Amino acid sequence: MLPASWPCPLPDGQASKEFALCRDTSRQRRLLIVPALFDEGNKLRRFTVEVMRRLDAAGIDTFLPDLPGCNESVRPLHEQTPAIWIESMAAAARHFGATHVLAIRGGSLFAPRFLPVVHYAPVKGAAILRQMLRARVLASRESGNEENRDTLVEQAMAHGITLAGYPLGAEFFRNFDVLTPAPEADVIDQTEIGGSGLWLRAEPDENPAQAECLATILTRRIRQ
Amino acid sequence: MPDQTDLLLRRILTDVLGLKPGQADTFDADTGLFGHLPELDSMAVAGLLTELEDRLDIIIEDDEIEGEMLETYGGLRSFVEAKRGS
Repeated sequence: MLPASWPCPLPDGQASKEFALCRDTSRQRRLLIVPALFDEGNKLRRFTVEVMRRLDAAGIDTFLPDLPGCNESVRPLHEQTPAIWIESMAAAARHFGATHVLAIRGGSLFAPRFLPVVHYAPVKGAAILRQMLRARVLASRESGNEENRDTLVEQAMAHGITLAGYPLGAEFFRNFDVLTPAPEADVIDQTEIGGSGLWLRAEPDENPAQAECLATILTRRIRQ
Repeated sequence: MPDQTDLLLRRILTDVLGLKPGQADTFDADTGLFGHLPELDSMAVAGLLTELEDRLDIIIEDDEIEGEMLETYGGLRSFVEAKRGS
């Protein structure tokens, strides 16, 4: 597994370098992985890499790019928009010559649609924001500061908002809230994996059996 | 007949806290949750409440969330039972 960089398009037509974790031995099947978002991305990072290791053993190359503004990216998160993220993942798919896409949880909202796509436990943008807003209300209350969800949404729509430590721009918030995973995607539900999803955990965790199961299902489906 | 709400609640806590199978069976009404378990921060509590809503088919309003209901297992169970009307 090696780090690589790839040219990510900027809104002004230029490109910036973004990071990706890759296992590339020029094999025929090349899987782009769109990671889970925000807090879920942290909780599922190790699991995602464990799945990549197993796919490598099954003869599949994998590419796990950063979304601009996330992970190792030096671009400011508050300047990102859903359109930028969609375009960036399409650019990553083209750069790495991906033949298939796996999108995890909220990553499903940004998966390139011009390749065969598998969604693992996809989730709507509104559901992600709802939980992050709730965490903000709870954290504020704990520190003795009452905040109201409706007011926060108004504020977010107009000026952007920081939720769970992630500064989201107004345009991001407005356009992310209405995103839904592509209905035509091939979905792997958590019930097929067994156990509960690792994104539910209060702390990042690992589960070799779940990683094995997801890799096995993917290997079968990507072969088709 | 086993209490469905109690069973589901223990299962959800097992998933969120990453407990070993059966570990949640030892929870009693006084077992401390929020404020007692360092991993149960605001983001984790938000996740827990969302999961409760999804699996128990209830809606929890923000202004219903009080320290007391999250402090102990018994407090959370009472809240959920009232929500489910059981």
